[in-house]
Parts: sequence; structure tokens; C-alpha cells
Amino acid sequence: MTRTLALTALSLAVVAPVRLSAQDTSAVDRGVRIGILYRPGVRPGIVLLTGRAPALDSVRAIMVRDIDYSDRFELITLPGSDSIRLAAAPGPRPAAGTAAGKTSGGAASAGGLNYPLYQALGADFAVAVTPAGGDSAVVTVHDVAGGAVRREVRSRLPPLSDPGFRMAVHRLSDRVLEATLGAPGIAATRVLFVMDGKAYVIDQDGAERRLVSSTDHSAMSPAWAADGRRFSYMEFWQGHGRLFVQDVASGKRAPVATTGQALDFTPAFSPDGKTLAFSRAIEEGTDVYTVNIKDGCCLQRLTVGRFYDNLSPTYSPDGQRIAFVSTRAGLPQIYVMGADGTDQQLFAPFDYGATGSSNAPEWSPDGQAVAFHRDVAGTLQVFVLDVRTRAVRQLTSVGRNEDPTWAPDSRHMAFVSDRSGYRQLWIIDLETGRIRPLLQQSGARLPAWSPRLPETAPSTP
Amino acid sequence: MKRLPLLLLSGLAVAAVAACPGKKPETPAPVSAGPDPDSLARAQKAHDDSMKAAQDEADRRAREDAERRQKTADSLAGIGRSTDAVKTILATMIHFDYDKAIIRGGDAAVLDQKVAILQANPALRIRISGHCDERGSDEYNLALGNRRATAAKQYLVSHGIDGGRVETVSYGEERPMDPGHNEEAWAKNRRDEVDILAGGDALKQP
Repeated sequence: MTRTLALTALSLAVVAPVRLSAQDTSAVDRGVRIGILYRPGVRPGIVLLTGRAPALDSVRAIMVRDIDYSDRFELITLPGSDSIRLAAAPGPRPAAGTAAGKTSGGAASAGGLNYPLYQALGADFAVAVTPAGGDSAVVTVHDVAGGAVRREVRSRLPPLSDPGFRMAVHRLSDRVLEATLGAPGIAATRVLFVMDGKAYVIDQDGAERRLVSSTDHSAMSPAWAADGRRFSYMEFWQGHGRLFVQDVASGKRAPVATTGQALDFTPAFSPDGKTLAFSRAIEEGTDVYTVNIKDGCCLQRLTVGRFYDNLSPTYSPDGQRIAFVSTRAGLPQIYVMGADGTDQQLFAPFDYGATGSSNAPEWSPDGQAVAFHRDVAGTLQVFVLDVRTRAVRQLTSVGRNEDPTWAPDSRHMAFVSDRSGYRQLWIIDLETGRIRPLLQQSGARLPAWSPRLPETAPSTP
Repeated sequence: MKRLPLLLLSGLAVAAVAACPGKKPETPAPVSAGPDPDSLARAQKAHDDSMKAAQDEADRRAREDAERRQKTADSLAGIGRSTDAVKTILATMIHFDYDKAIIRGGDAAVLDQKVAILQANPALRIRISGHCDERGSDEYNLALGNRRATAAKQYLVSHGIDGGRVETVSYGEERPMDPGHNEEAWAKNRRDEVDILAGGDALKQP
């Protein structure tokens, strides 16, 4: 019997979508899902177990949100703490757990997890977090259907008072995603944005907003370096636009050489971090330039517009190409060129005289798409260009939606929208279409989503 | 050279007649004339007429231009000697159509005043800042504001002002005059502002 169950579970795990949609007809399944609005879906169910250590309550709260925001699971909420104890009965973890990494399924049932019950709740995975002494914790991922522990991961978990606490928990969430689906998560990421002329950074779950730019100059257009250790932004200085590169760990910043005498804006790091592309407005017009930020030299002009403008560069993740905005056909539209400025051509097709202005392109981290916004009937909407087919797809239609920025998983995107009545930051999942606010505050704009952030900050030189 | 328009003319006439049989064309010559021997003369006359009209138009423009200049001079004469008054004239903003950086006809007079003030005060240096309304893209508006500032500068330079005395900057939509979200506010915000950089302590009346 047990064997049959396990076998079935195994095969079903492979073809999960079929099983879950088949389950939609099960009355029992509907009956026991509590606390979530049940939608027929194809996503695996996951339940986060509460341990006995109250210190971990906030860990669990953050992880529940992270896992929910990953949009990859049906998050199963348990009815209440009493029932959880009845159900879970989580004894002390097997002491060892020292070696980070996977354990094979064998040791599983020792944890005393009531697998059949969780399976009845619709869970494919159950996740427990237990303190493991010192500044660390063990994340145990149970394969519910298989009735076994799928993986145990030991991870750093500093105390709640530590400034690195939340980011450490976000990393635990990403470990869960890796252990269950083999997919890297986006929990340990942040979003830069501009509000009231200042640049801020915020965790992807909307927590820990911090000012990062100076308070005496208006800032615009923040952008991350691909390693997540630096970012750049522009500040107005006496009408000139000055670019800065700032170190995340130390908070120290340095002006970019060759900028400050003109209006320089929309900085974009090359993927290798050595070059900064940007827009420079001079009397002749606005054009795309690059500068070597490693050596602080070698300004290069990539476009020569004269009677039209070129701006808003964004690198392809392989560093070979730059997408940008050009008004060469009248209204601004999305073009592409080699990273050295050669072979400039139209990128996102448009109907001359019919299609509205297109702006703010950002190349996706997987290289397959470029997001931008386009004027549709007097308001802005977010579009996605398929790089291979050059097909353009409209993503939003409610209110004004602009300045899209990709999450490192290339399936989530932050953007600015006034759909709630005022302009604020939202996040959309392109796979499910789910939309959530990132920041419930008016006036936030120009978001830039970080890459997956490195675990340890480097010491400053 | 003359044959082509003639052919076109007669073609038109045929088409017009064919299009409404039984109805007399409302407008007589030259279209209704058809391919009669007089058409060459009529075409010549039409040509002469249009030339005359163009000449009249040019005359009219020159006259208006002169009037505008006179008006500018009159208004400048009226402001008195005070530096503040000159500054006020200098600071008068010009405005733009949505997503455009073309100086409007009416704003040429405003810029003419600035030309006169700059000519009367050789030490004066100014900065023109271009601004946009909130409807366009935030970053694109920096480029658009730049176009608006340089459009005004080009006007001043083409009227004899040394380009070295005029600096241009753009603030895009970052510094609205009117924080409203309606056409009235947007119209105010699509503008060029003029600030004095140097030589503004004792301004002479032009």
C-alpha cells in the first residue's frame, strides 16, 4: 500500500500539472484547503511548518511572503496553531544537520511528520526551519508525496537585531525554491527607485526602505551593476546631470569621470561592470555614450543624432548589444545596436503614424526579451519585445503603466502604475499575471530591480 | 514644363464633369473650362495670380514683422530704467506644444525682447532651462527639455547673440510650475525659463 502510494506520488510529481488539475474535481480537496482563495492551478502546494521556537515566528512570516511572492506555489495556510501541533508534532530535529546540502529521503519519517495529512491538504512540499545553534538555522524540505525529507540546508541566520537578518531569511526562501523546484529565487533581491527627487532601495517584499542618494540634489535613473555590489544614478548639479557610481556595502560613491559638464542621464552598466553607457544631452541633441569606469577614461560616442535624439541604453546580458530609444523616425521608438555603436537598426516594430512613443527599454536578464513602455491612446502601457521573433506584446491595460524593470528570474517585473489612483510601484508575474503593490506610497518611480545579491559584501578597497 | 499641369488641369476638368452628369459645375473657369484653347492662357493667369499672392503674403509678413518689432521696442521703452523691470522682461517664459520643441509664433516676440536686452547689456550671460509636462516618459523628457532650451538659444543666436553668452539646461518634468494634473497645468509646465548667470547687477534698458 505504502509502496503504491509512493510510486503514484513519484510519477505524479513528474507530471504535476495533470495531477493538480485532476484534483480540482475532488470535493475533499476543496474542503480542506483553508485560508486561501482556492483557484484551480497547476502549481505545487507548499506548507510552511511552525516550529516550537518563537524566535522563528518572524522568519516564518517573511518566508511565507517570499514563497507566496515567488508565484510558483499554492501556499497552503494551516487552520491555526493548535491544529498545527496536532498535525505536525515536530520533535527536536535530528541533532546533526551539520553538513549543508542534501540528505537522501531515507532519514525522513524520523521527523514524525504526518505526511498523509499534509498530502490531504494538497501539499507537495512541507518546509520547516529550526535553529541550529549560533547564527545558523537548518531548513528542512519535505517531499510530502514521497514521504521523505528531500533536502536539509544549513544556512546563516543572524539574530533579529542584526541588519542582515531579513536578507538572510530571504536567502533561506531562495534555498527552499532551489530545493523544491530547482529554480533560483528572487527573494534575496532589492529594488532601487526614485521618490521626491531622492533614490531609495527597498527589499523585494516591500520592507526596509532606505535612502541611498544625497539629500541636497535631485536624483534620477538608478541602475544596478550586474554583480549587485554597485549601482549608478544621476543627480542634477546646477542644471547639469552628473553620474555617480556607489558601493552598496560602504555606501561610498564616486562621480563618473567625464561627466558633470553636460546633462548625463540613464546610466547602464555593461554586464562585465567595466563600462557605463549613458545618455548625454548637449546643444546638438541627446546621444548615447560609453565610458570606461574601471579606469575612468575613454569616453566614446555611440550615436550621432544631430536632428534627432538617442537615449536610454540597456545592455543585452551577453554584453554584445545595446537597446536604446531613438527619435530618428519622429516619435521615440526602440532600436538596437552593437555595443560599439555599429549596426543600428529598429528593434521593436511599430506602425509609422499610428504607434505611439516607446521609451524606457530594459533587456531581460535571460536575454530573451526587452520590456519598455509605449503610448497607447494617450496613456502609457508596458510592452514586452521578444528578441528572437521581434513580436511585441502588450502586458498592461489598466491605468497608466511605465518604466518596467526585470527581476533576475526574468518572469517578474516591477513597474510604475496609477491603477490604484496614484502612481506607485507594482510587481507583475508574467507567468500567472498576478499583480501586487511593492510600495503603497505615492510618487515612487523609475524602479530598478537588482540581480541576486551577493551573500557577503566585499570590504571596500 | 508647362504641359504637365495643363494635362492635369484638363484631366481634373474631365473628371469633374464625369463625376456629376446633368449638374452644372458650381465653379466656373478655369476647371470647368475643359480642354479649350484658352486653357493655356488661364493656366498662365493662375500661375501669375499665385505668384502675386505669394508676393502679397511675403509683404504682409514683412509688415507684421516690422509691426512686431515696433511693438517690442514700444513695450521696452515703456518699462523704465529699473533693472528689476528689465529682469522681469528677461524672465518671461515661453511655452510649447505637447512633445514639441518649436518656438510658437507668439513667443518670437518674447524672445525678441530678450535679444534686445542682451544687445543692450554686453556683460549679461543667461541660462535657458527647458521643461516638460508629466505626460511623457520621465527620462525622454530630459532630452525633450534639452531640445526646448536649445530651440530658444538658436533663436537668440540667429538674431545676433553670441552663443557663448547663453547656456542651456534641461530639467525634463522634474520641476513643474504647476503641480496639477490637467491640461491647464501641463500647458504651463511645457516651458523655457531664463535665469541670469552673470552681468545682471545693473541692467540697461534696450
